[in-house]
Amino acid sequence: MRTRFTGIVAVLLGSIVVLAGCGSSASSTAGSKTIVIATHDSWAMSKSVMAAFTKQTGITVKIEQHGDAGELTNKLVLTKGNPIADGVFGIDNTFATRAVDAGILADYTPWSEPASVSRFNLAQGSSQLTPIDYGDVCVNVDNTWFAKKKLSPPKTFEDLTAPAYKGLTVTPAATTSSTGLAFLAGTIGRFGNGWKAYWTKLTANGLKIDPGWTEAYEGDFTAGGGQGTYPIVVSYSSSPPYTVPKAGGAPTTSALLDTCFRQVEYAGVLKGASNPGGVEKFIDFMQGRQFQAALPENMYVYPVDTTVALPPDWARWAPVSPHPYAVSAADITANRNAWLRDWRDLTSR
Amino acid sequence: MAGSRALAVRGLSVSFGDVRAVSSVDLDVAEGSVTAVLGPSGCGKSTLLRAIAGLERPSAGTISYDGRDLARTPTHRRGFALMFQDGQLFPHSDVAANVAYPLRLRRRNAADVKVRVAELLELVGLAGFGKRMPQTLSGGERQRVALARSLAVEPRLLLLDEPLSALDRGLRERLAGDLHDILRQAGTTTLLVTHDHDEAFTIADRMVVMRAGEAVQAGDLGEVWQHPADAWAARFLGYADVLDGPPALALRAVVDPDATWTQIALRRSALVVDPGGPLAATIISARVTPEQVRVELDVEGLGIRSGVADPAYSTRAGDLVRVAVRADRLAALPGAQK
Amino acid sequence: MRRNLGVATLAAIPLAVIGVFFLYPVGGMVARGFWPDGSLDVHGVLEVLGRSRVHRVLWFTVWTAGTATLLAVGAGLPVAFVLHRLRFGGSAAVRTLMVLPFVLPTVVVGVAFGQLLRPTGPLGGLGLEGTPAAIIAGLVFFNIGVVVRTVGAFWEGIDRRTEEAAATLGASPFRVFRTVTLPALVPAVVSSASVVFLFCATSFGVVLTLGGLRYSNIETEIYLLTTQELDLQAAAALSILQLVMITVLLVLSHRTRRTPAIAQAVRRARRPGFRDTGLLLWTAVVTAFLLVPLVTLALASLRDGGRWSLSNYRALQTTGTDNALLVTATSGLLRSLEIAIQAASFALVLGSVVAWLVSRRPAAGWRRRLSAGFDGVFMLPLGVSAVTLGFGFLITLDHPPVDLRTSSLLIPIAQAMVALPLVVRTVAPVLSAVDPRLREAAASLGAGPVRVLLAVDLPHAWRGLLAATGFAFAVSLGEFGATSFLARDDSPTLPVVIFQLLSHPGPANFGMAMAASVVLAAATGTVMLLVDRLRVGSVGAF
Repeated sequence: MRTRFTGIVAVLLGSIVVLAGCGSSASSTAGSKTIVIATHDSWAMSKSVMAAFTKQTGITVKIEQHGDAGELTNKLVLTKGNPIADGVFGIDNTFATRAVDAGILADYTPWSEPASVSRFNLAQGSSQLTPIDYGDVCVNVDNTWFAKKKLSPPKTFEDLTAPAYKGLTVTPAATTSSTGLAFLAGTIGRFGNGWKAYWTKLTANGLKIDPGWTEAYEGDFTAGGGQGTYPIVVSYSSSPPYTVPKAGGAPTTSALLDTCFRQVEYAGVLKGASNPGGVEKFIDFMQGRQFQAALPENMYVYPVDTTVALPPDWARWAPVSPHPYAVSAADITANRNAWLRDWRDLTSR
Repeated sequence: MAGSRALAVRGLSVSFGDVRAVSSVDLDVAEGSVTAVLGPSGCGKSTLLRAIAGLERPSAGTISYDGRDLARTPTHRRGFALMFQDGQLFPHSDVAANVAYPLRLRRRNAADVKVRVAELLELVGLAGFGKRMPQTLSGGERQRVALARSLAVEPRLLLLDEPLSALDRGLRERLAGDLHDILRQAGTTTLLVTHDHDEAFTIADRMVVMRAGEAVQAGDLGEVWQHPADAWAARFLGYADVLDGPPALALRAVVDPDATWTQIALRRSALVVDPGGPLAATIISARVTPEQVRVELDVEGLGIRSGVADPAYSTRAGDLVRVAVRADRLAALPGAQK
Repeated sequence: MRRNLGVATLAAIPLAVIGVFFLYPVGGMVARGFWPDGSLDVHGVLEVLGRSRVHRVLWFTVWTAGTATLLAVGAGLPVAFVLHRLRFGGSAAVRTLMVLPFVLPTVVVGVAFGQLLRPTGPLGGLGLEGTPAAIIAGLVFFNIGVVVRTVGAFWEGIDRRTEEAAATLGASPFRVFRTVTLPALVPAVVSSASVVFLFCATSFGVVLTLGGLRYSNIETEIYLLTTQELDLQAAAALSILQLVMITVLLVLSHRTRRTPAIAQAVRRARRPGFRDTGLLLWTAVVTAFLLVPLVTLALASLRDGGRWSLSNYRALQTTGTDNALLVTATSGLLRSLEIAIQAASFALVLGSVVAWLVSRRPAAGWRRRLSAGFDGVFMLPLGVSAVTLGFGFLITLDHPPVDLRTSSLLIPIAQAMVALPLVVRTVAPVLSAVDPRLREAAASLGAGPVRVLLAVDLPHAWRGLLAATGFAFAVSLGEFGATSFLARDDSPTLPVVIFQLLSHPGPANFGMAMAASVVLAAATGTVMLLVDRLRVGSVGAF
């Protein structure tokens, strides 16, 4: 009896082991020829650029996506000491201080940074996080829609609370979307402590809140992928070029440059990485001209090296805000939870 | 035949897809009578019963009661009660609640219900079983409860689908007798289907024989019994043997030379070892039972047949004996008349 | 004694697996909340339970899940009758349609629902956009199939003659239903209702996408607390609440559960008649309710720049506009199929062992309770937050011998955990229905335990096993929640591909996401249709 059972047990164990074997790990962080970069879901880069890095250095980059910037940062904080990757790309200025404070990053500063980079550096932690790109989160409007309704589009944060624009605005939520959080930060930069009063008015004016940028822009925005019904959306200053009609000409949407908050994305080496040297090389590469030039059309962000030429569409239709609203990274980290809690209470019923 | 025709079925057919389960059946049940539909399993008798209850839709024909067509009357308005071989008691209610179910459907007041349930349980011999749950009862007890439940509504027609088949033999015989008495006592018009002729004979007073979806024969019990419609019906009704051709003619010459039949059914006791009998036979084997001796005989002109002998006679294999024929144990079959 | 030892050894395998891949990670996450700085801080966790926001979240969870459950049961019962007791052309297709939402990724359905409910959408006039009503409609959409299948399968097995006896005793059809059928259906209704309640209470995508972020249930709250605020104490408190909730529901459904009598001869379903008109109409309404979002999706996938075109489908062989994807969508589908095969076989091996053990039915006493507890442990994945599990994987399975954090095996394992309860619930009733006397007969003829398994259980259960495999496969194909929280390597599954396409701008990417969703729905639908052909009563039933 017992041997029979032992037999069954052995067969089962065997099949589990076989199963384990056939799915077995493709990733091995050991060896200096591969690095693992943890990043967010918005990562996109053309194969040729990545191949160029491998050709230059002999190092293969394995990209692992971990949700949005917040989820990415928190995962890294939780796995401190035994990191899930060698390096990170995509921690932005709203999460940077959390990562720096948690001590998950090793010091690294590229030896030859482009001159324009300095203005994107963090006040604290610049030795750990290297700026790679930036983008302006701005309110976008569908000009075609407004022209059709013979209504002039809004220009400022205040305009959005005007009765004329009631029920026209959609935004991703500050709690679940880094775009949404940037918009909230923008209003805090603009109104300071008065931001709660502003949001109360905004919510009362029929603001729609979506969980993510996708739902807001692609789902609800009149000029997005679906046939939405909101002509005002929180998106990026780089969004308009994507609404250039097929026939050419000017985009049908534009970004309101008085409503922008600047998001900067950083890269860094994780403490405990098995191949820190490889990551350092990759960070250098990311600040290099080839990678910088490929950023706009892959990730819809602006290169921190401002000497790199933008694609023609961008140069024409996607100017950055001359005076974005700013809140320091340290302020954001210190107040984030309180702000978000207040924000949730203001916007939820 | 007592009373008028209560149930009248005319030309009834029921089909399942291409299969015709019941085919042009005519059937009458007189008020107060107990009619049995007898047939082997799969002959369509249960389907016939379900059609009468309104559970199957006929593909042709009519079912009427007291002259009123029932085609548009749904099951629950027909005033019939159907009882299956395994009772179908509601497992979540006790015996009293099961019996009271149809009474409560009719919104009788609680006191009346209580009295009536006690009466019915008394009638089926289960007085005091009210609080028991169905799972704690024996098969026979469950059937009695089911019967009490069916009788509670005083149905115009009680339909019994193999009511005793699930029970063991001894219990079945006893309950068949009880059923006969209970039905007479309650005066309930009843239609019963069964594959067991003993059961039919014990409970019913009229009988319909069914084969392959068709009603082969109908009539009072004795009538059907004495005059099976054909060889198949005779065998199904419990006749041991059917003679055909020369053996039948040989037998006819002995019992009734003037008759014209050419086919005859014999019960086992039709051939009796009797020193004064007209036929010569050799005993092939003999088996003693408490009542009589069952013998296999090689009868002159008739071939190898079953018969009986009185235990008083010594009967051993190989003995040469004389055999008498008891005319009341024979049934001439219509079939091919000459 | 030896036999006990054997059973215990056999039980130890699935327990070890669920221990390592579920209890340990979840426990690890909860422990981080209880020991924030290395020292136990129960007070901090209890303090969370006093927050008024937690009360609001809890109340919202309970009332939306409760309402959705009532609606799903109420709407599903007539459909279960029509699809499992009546026979008509196309009923197999409608049965498949019923489970399709259950295996579709929530992102996709969220977008489809959103298009319907927005002010200019076909149902915009109802003004449901962003309301709790929209959330509840979404929950019902996802779960009605669970009710239909569970109750329908049970209903098929109920002996019809009890109802017929009641009808001939003078009970009207409604009366028969109320006094005979409904009491008999109670176990199936309770068990499907508790599972649906669990699914609703732990639903994530629906609440996020359809609630317009103004509402939070316990699951989305855990998500926000963990991924955004890093408030692990609060997340731990809510995870504990989830565990309490699922335990209560499991006990409840265990109390009422009876094995459906699958073994008995099931009479053929009848053709619908005039009196079924109302029920058939209702089924048509429910079918339309399920079909409309799916059709919306299919139509969106065929639109390209205002014209009808198959270009979105052709684009599936690319990486989307501006390299939105790391790989092509078609390779995502292949990867999905590969993972689904791994996950399904893993869930099948493990699930069959568990099912075999729980179908032993010990007579009484502590062994029976032990068996019930054993059964319950494997149902836990149904009610625990995917975020907690996903993050738990990262912080606990990070050192040898189980350093699986970046292993490509992690996703199949996580999906197998999700599919495991479904496999157990499909196979266990089939095995329970094997007459124990058959096993005894085989044993008395000299067959050893393995021989008995091969000669008696396997021939009886193979359809069930196959059906369970198919179901696990379909669930794995559509799984998004747990998958998305795990480390993703450079070969994502199709649902993840869809999500990535949706998060990159450009109408082409949007259209491609719609096309990929249709492909995914078609793949899962095909698998479910095949499973249905096996005619195993209890597939996907609890």
